Amino acid sequence: MGRFIVRRLAGMVPFIILVSITVFMLIKLTPGDFVSNYAAALAAAGETVDDAMLDSMRARYGLDQSWLVQYWDWISGVMVGDFGYSFQWQQPVSSLIGERMALTLILSVSTLLFTWSVALPIGVYSAVRRYSIGDYFFTFVGFVGLAVPGFLLALVLMYVGVSVFHSDVGGLFSSQYADAPWSWGRVADLASHLWIPVIILGTSGAASLIRIMRANLLDQLNQPYVDTARAKGLSEFTLLVRYPIRIALNPFVSTLGWILPNLVSGAVIISVVLNLPTAGPLLLQALLGQDQYLAGAFLLLLCSLTVVGTLVSDILLALLDPRIRVS
Amino acid sequence: MACVMRPILMPTKPVLELRGLSTHFPIGNRVLKAVDDVSFSLHAGETLCIVGESGSGKSITARSILQIVGPPGRIVAGEILFTPPDGHTVDIAKLNPRTADMRAIRGRDIAMIFQEPMTSLSPIHRVGWQIMEGLLAHKLMDRKAARARAIDLLRQVEIPNPEQAVDRYPFEFSGGMRQRAMIAMALACNPKVLIADEPTTALDVTTQAEILRLIRRLQQAHGLAVLFITHDMGVVAQIADNVLVMRNGEVVERARVQELFRAPKHPYTIRLLEAATALGMAAPPARKAAPQGTAILKIRDLTLTYPAQSRLFGKAQPPTHAVRGVSFDLHEGENLGIVGESGSGKTTLGSCLIRVLKPSNGQVTYTMRDGSTRDMASLDRPGLKPVHREMRMIFQDPFAALNPRMTVGQCIGEPLLVNRLLQGEELAVRISDLLGMVGLPPDVAGRYPHAFSGGQRQRIVIARALAPNPRLIIADEATSALDVTLRRQILDLLLELQPELGLSFIFISHDLGVIRYFCDRIAVMHRGEIVEIGPADDICARPQMPYTQKLLAAVPEANPAHRDEGRTFFL
Repeated sequence: MGRFIVRRLAGMVPFIILVSITVFMLIKLTPGDFVSNYAAALAAAGETVDDAMLDSMRARYGLDQSWLVQYWDWISGVMVGDFGYSFQWQQPVSSLIGERMALTLILSVSTLLFTWSVALPIGVYSAVRRYSIGDYFFTFVGFVGLAVPGFLLALVLMYVGVSVFHSDVGGLFSSQYADAPWSWGRVADLASHLWIPVIILGTSGAASLIRIMRANLLDQLNQPYVDTARAKGLSEFTLLVRYPIRIALNPFVSTLGWILPNLVSGAVIISVVLNLPTAGPLLLQALLGQDQYLAGAFLLLLCSLTVVGTLVSDILLALLDPRIRVS
Repeated sequence: MACVMRPILMPTKPVLELRGLSTHFPIGNRVLKAVDDVSFSLHAGETLCIVGESGSGKSITARSILQIVGPPGRIVAGEILFTPPDGHTVDIAKLNPRTADMRAIRGRDIAMIFQEPMTSLSPIHRVGWQIMEGLLAHKLMDRKAARARAIDLLRQVEIPNPEQAVDRYPFEFSGGMRQRAMIAMALACNPKVLIADEPTTALDVTTQAEILRLIRRLQQAHGLAVLFITHDMGVVAQIADNVLVMRNGEVVERARVQELFRAPKHPYTIRLLEAATALGMAAPPARKAAPQGTAILKIRDLTLTYPAQSRLFGKAQPPTHAVRGVSFDLHEGENLGIVGESGSGKTTLGSCLIRVLKPSNGQVTYTMRDGSTRDMASLDRPGLKPVHREMRMIFQDPFAALNPRMTVGQCIGEPLLVNRLLQGEELAVRISDLLGMVGLPPDVAGRYPHAFSGGQRQRIVIARALAPNPRLIIADEATSALDVTLRRQILDLLLELQPELGLSFIFISHDLGVIRYFCDRIAVMHRGEIVEIGPADDICARPQMPYTQKLLAAVPEANPAHRDEGRTFFL
């Protein structure tokens, strides 16, 4: 097991290097650069733009060099923990993304827990009581949850929040805590705001997981080993938990790898709508404004998250299923 | 061996008695009468065999007794009376399947062994735990005692090193060992009745013989009543005291085993017995003399070695020799049988011959229809194409071998179409010719495979194999998935087509009866090697090698007068 983890960790290194090159190339492939975007913005605002000034900006930011040189400058910094400098924000990237990444992670993990705690019991219920009224009800709700886009749900919830409850549902903090340092009060404030985006973000995920769990479990319920266990005289509940659910969890665990990054990147639109201080909106702005180091840092972190998530799910899978562990 | 009481003469109550049991499956607005008015009684120490072909309702009868029939099946009428030796009678049919009263009977009083040892054990729980589980569920003992009991049971079912085996997972066991573990599991709580639902069908003959012997020994040691479900008349003859013949959910005949084999009454029973004896070891083979044609396939020193594998966890595995140094000739018009247990390499050998797998060593020299020769072992993909027109394969499972989304006509025409041999009107004519050859009306070409029964599907598969007008057919367990009455029909069909189409066969099977009926020569495989090869008569009547002798001795003979070894006869 130890050897397996070490080998997988070693394999991650070249992969992430390749990803970083690809990411940087993709950012550079779009026509123009940060300076030309900046110039266009100035021109749109009616200001005259001096070509000489733009050239000097390019020289200052190193944008006049080849992309390979720029990549090397960036990646050699990343190796020692310096993610570069954001042109848009005039700040080091690491100070910009630090808290946002942490909040994103909190939001993602909460959403994941919400999704699982809703989807697992309902999925199990739907499979065991197949074609019952409850199953049809949850199937209907599930399809509605899948079909309604998250941002629409966010807008509706915001409208309801404002018009019925007279409370502002946007953001993750009340105004007095928005820029305050971390304290217990701030944590409590976060928790009281968190549930709305968690529900909005988790709905479609929970809906699809209900369907997956239902299908997985239906496959397992008719397996001969379930009959064997039933013929031993186990109660239906013990039977269910000990055999089919345990095995139906395997596909759940193996999807963990891509659920993590999906929650981060899938949340962009909803974060914009709900005005959440998470990574999504910042990434969007950075990409639009060709703020290359900021965008690169985000994408690199997302990919690392995917790779780590896959590793975690592989390890969990090996722990859950002796067939993978032993044979 | 203690003399077990003679149950038929005992005035005691039967331990299990069924009266007019009916289990129905409502499907749409029809009702499928899976079990229809079945009655029988079973005494302690007795073995009752229920025999019938697939769909006869024998398994559903067994499942009804434990109330584990899957939905939408339901017991609609009848009584299932269970009488423990020291207790009063319970009517199981009256119990709610989900209650504690019903659960108390399952596993503790009446235990069941299922057919598929591969899938009937949970893949993710240790064998020992699965044995202990029943003991713990019925609160018969604590964990420590249950573990000791599990080890003891594994020893009783003759699993080597029970102390280690108890902590193994089922996938680390062979099929026979899994079935032994399954038996240990069923016996854990000392049940009064053991229901065995085709417990040996998925096993080799030698393993089957061992398992039957084991069940018999344990039955005598514990005074068990055994309800044994099988489709194999040979097994019935070997173990039954009384027999129930079922068809379409109804009992068509019941008799003591000797009577049933000596004087069967119902026409269906007679047909079953005929089919069993025709493919039995005492029956005459179908073909009289082996033709002496020229050799069309020369196999020299064929070897397939899987290289040593490093594992993700734990130690590396040594290289495995799936096929080792196999040499033989196949003559034109000849039927060669390859027989062996599972894992003997017979299927791998077949795959090497048709080059689905690439052998690591040796030559497979095939003489084409035009007289030129090709070494199959070294040909590349385009080079194989013309050979594959002359050499076709038939697979075991007719349900899996046909694409459910293609019509029968498309399935059969495909090999002609992809080889650009025929198209359009000519293709349609050829397809209806082929359907006629295998005894199906030409208008079935437009229908989909799901509309056909297993036997009909196997005919379709044969028509597909015949489509490009082949000379050699490799049939891998081509009749194993079929009921016994169908088996002979399919074999006879192949034999009938053989002279007409100038075919040669390599017939791979674990079923010695089928091989003997169909083949001129037999090659016996064991651990990747051919241990003995010769004319079918010689191999079956005068086997030279100890392995062949063991294999032949393990075939259950469909004659209750010739039981396999000293058994306390009840009648």
